[in-house]
Amino acid sequence: MNISKPKLAVFKFASCDGCQLTLLNCEDALLSIAGEIEIAHFLEASSAVQAGPYDLTLVEGSITTPQDAERIQEIRKQSKKLISIGACATAGGIQALRNFKNVDDFISVVYAHPDYIDTLDTSTAISEHVRVDFELRGCPIDQAQLIELITALLQSRKPNIPTHSLCMDCKQRGMVCVMVSQGTACLGPVTHAGCGVLCPACNRGCYGCFGPMETPNTASLRTSWEKLGIATKTIDQAFCGINANAPAFRKEHDASGK
Amino acid sequence: MHQENEDRSFKVEALARVEGEGGLTVKMKDGKVADVQLRIFEPPRFFEAFLRDRQFTEAPDITARICGICPVAYQMSASHAMEDACGVTVGGALRDLRRMLYCGEWIESHTLHVYMLHAPDFLGYDSGIHMAKDFPDIVERGLRLKKIGNTLMTLLGGRSVHPVNVRLGGFYRVPTRSEMAALKPDLEWAREAALQTVQWVAGFEFPDFEQDYTFVSLRHASEYPINEGRIVSNKGLDIAISEYEQHFAEEHVAHSTALHSRLDGNKLYFVGPMARYNLNFDRLPDAVQKAAEAAGLRQQCRNPFQGIIIRSLEILYACEESLRIIDNYKPPKLPSVAVPPKDAIGYGCTEAPRGLLYHRYRIEGNGKIREAKIVPPTSQNQRIIEDDLSRLIPKIIDFPQDKLKHRCEQAIRNYDPCISCSTHFLDLKIEEAD
Ligand code: SF4
Ligand code: SF4
Repeated sequence: MNISKPKLAVFKFASCDGCQLTLLNCEDALLSIAGEIEIAHFLEASSAVQAGPYDLTLVEGSITTPQDAERIQEIRKQSKKLISIGACATAGGIQALRNFKNVDDFISVVYAHPDYIDTLDTSTAISEHVRVDFELRGCPIDQAQLIELITALLQSRKPNIPTHSLCMDCKQRGMVCVMVSQGTACLGPVTHAGCGVLCPACNRGCYGCFGPMETPNTASLRTSWEKLGIATKTIDQAFCGINANAPAFRKEHDASGK
Repeated sequence: MHQENEDRSFKVEALARVEGEGGLTVKMKDGKVADVQLRIFEPPRFFEAFLRDRQFTEAPDITARICGICPVAYQMSASHAMEDACGVTVGGALRDLRRMLYCGEWIESHTLHVYMLHAPDFLGYDSGIHMAKDFPDIVERGLRLKKIGNTLMTLLGGRSVHPVNVRLGGFYRVPTRSEMAALKPDLEWAREAALQTVQWVAGFEFPDFEQDYTFVSLRHASEYPINEGRIVSNKGLDIAISEYEQHFAEEHVAHSTALHSRLDGNKLYFVGPMARYNLNFDRLPDAVQKAAEAAGLRQQCRNPFQGIIIRSLEILYACEESLRIIDNYKPPKLPSVAVPPKDAIGYGCTEAPRGLLYHRYRIEGNGKIREAKIVPPTSQNQRIIEDDLSRLIPKIIDFPQDKLKHRCEQAIRNYDPCISCSTHFLDLKIEEAD
């Protein structure tokens, strides 16, 4: 039956490996998934490497070098379905903070010989380079969502991954709102659901690691934060974090003219 | 570049099973190793640069993203450095909870390495997944052990990769006594499983490869080091964390893919579990010392291939320590202590699963970060890995190509190099040799 097993590949670009680790952490599910699919390329887990084409390719990380901009083209050609996983791959990640500064200054802060460094001025999402079949959000991605996505794709059905806000999930669970009850700044009203409302469950405001929901009203959230007495600069920085380069957040931290 | 006529050169293109992706180039001339380069494909992400102008309270969440395999290490080094700048000490139950969160990361990270990444080398498999076909019970034990590390991190940190519950001064929310107690059965099982792990890996075959290393780790007055201590070596170094940069320097060298760390001039040094063990054996509880003796280890171990035994002993230690903390636990009144910003410099150094992780920050009275410096363990071990390879290869040069490559990979994995955990590994233009 080996012939019919779909081939899975995992590739890494600029990233912290946390999303791949989330895949490795699906321990029980992984062993049973391992029965149904063939892991053809997953360097973090196995030295056995098979050439493409692949049925399902997961891509972690953002594009930050000229070589990587070419490598992703090749990977796309080898992949029937390509999914970008995590904030790095779907929005450029935390390293996209370089997009809003002069990258030469960045290089000289870290390296003694800037001439040895070969890097692009920007860190960009995979979808800015190639067609992507699905974008899974999060820094890191959520295990249950990842398994749902892989399973749905293997069964050729639409994955059940909601696009509403974190705030809605909080309300559905009947949690006390940290913004209303404690005046804590929270990005929940504009952030993509999926983490399982982790921060509010710890009495903390969301800092947006899942990126913007579909059509977020960031301007109205800015107004609510201003009412809590939060400084403009702090609000800008909140949008300019792990998902700084996601269009909806980028627009909002650019809005005040910084 | 050298001609490939009589000289044997070989490349291991993408090193599998190190977290992150790297490659190795070895150049041979007249049967001697002319050059060893551990090439790192990891593109720079510039954390130290973009931390500038951010709020000091953001450092734990931002630096966690340097490495998904050891985020707690980054959160802890960052928190300690900021608290040091602001003159705040976190004690009592909050200190214990931090220690236990870190134990969770040691359990998770070490188990991943021992079972899924390194043991397959010793037993001749491509991966833990392949190994599972012949050793289902053992792999299952490893997976469960790793999961318990994750569970611990999830309770204390909110999630295991990039915990959300850590803040300067402590946590956002602390667990109740019953939440802590609920972990006990799992941890008791884990302690037993860790002991079995020690016995299992002690039976592997280890190449004869002892070297006279300079080991560097933290040392604490009474504990096995995790979050605090002085920086010591087996060759007489004994300094405060704030003196780190007076003794250790990083250099951006042309023929390397990473910033190289050196100690006092040009000395090579070794950080990580083996360094901690050699410098702190006397701080291990009886049960762990006995397990080490039963595994045939002395108080000193200089064969990096046996690092897998020491990692397993540290899993055992982390289980013991977590159980001790649970038994003593009384929830603190507040989940964190206040950390008001000051115009100051702060230093933090903690023991990441892979070794010493140093942070320094200069912050302003308004809480803005003016300068950040981060030295991760993998960049400190880079030179010692290359040095090991240049000593190992002449001994095994007659091995068939496959076996030779494999042994080199195994030697690199002795150090569990987490390549993305390097803030500044870089993609390098190789310069032409004449
Ligand atoms: S999205 Fe976050 S967790 Fe995933 S690779 Fe990027 S930094 Fe790591
Ligand atoms: S609450 Fe927000 S910041 Fe926290 S884990 Fe969820 S999405 Fe990420």
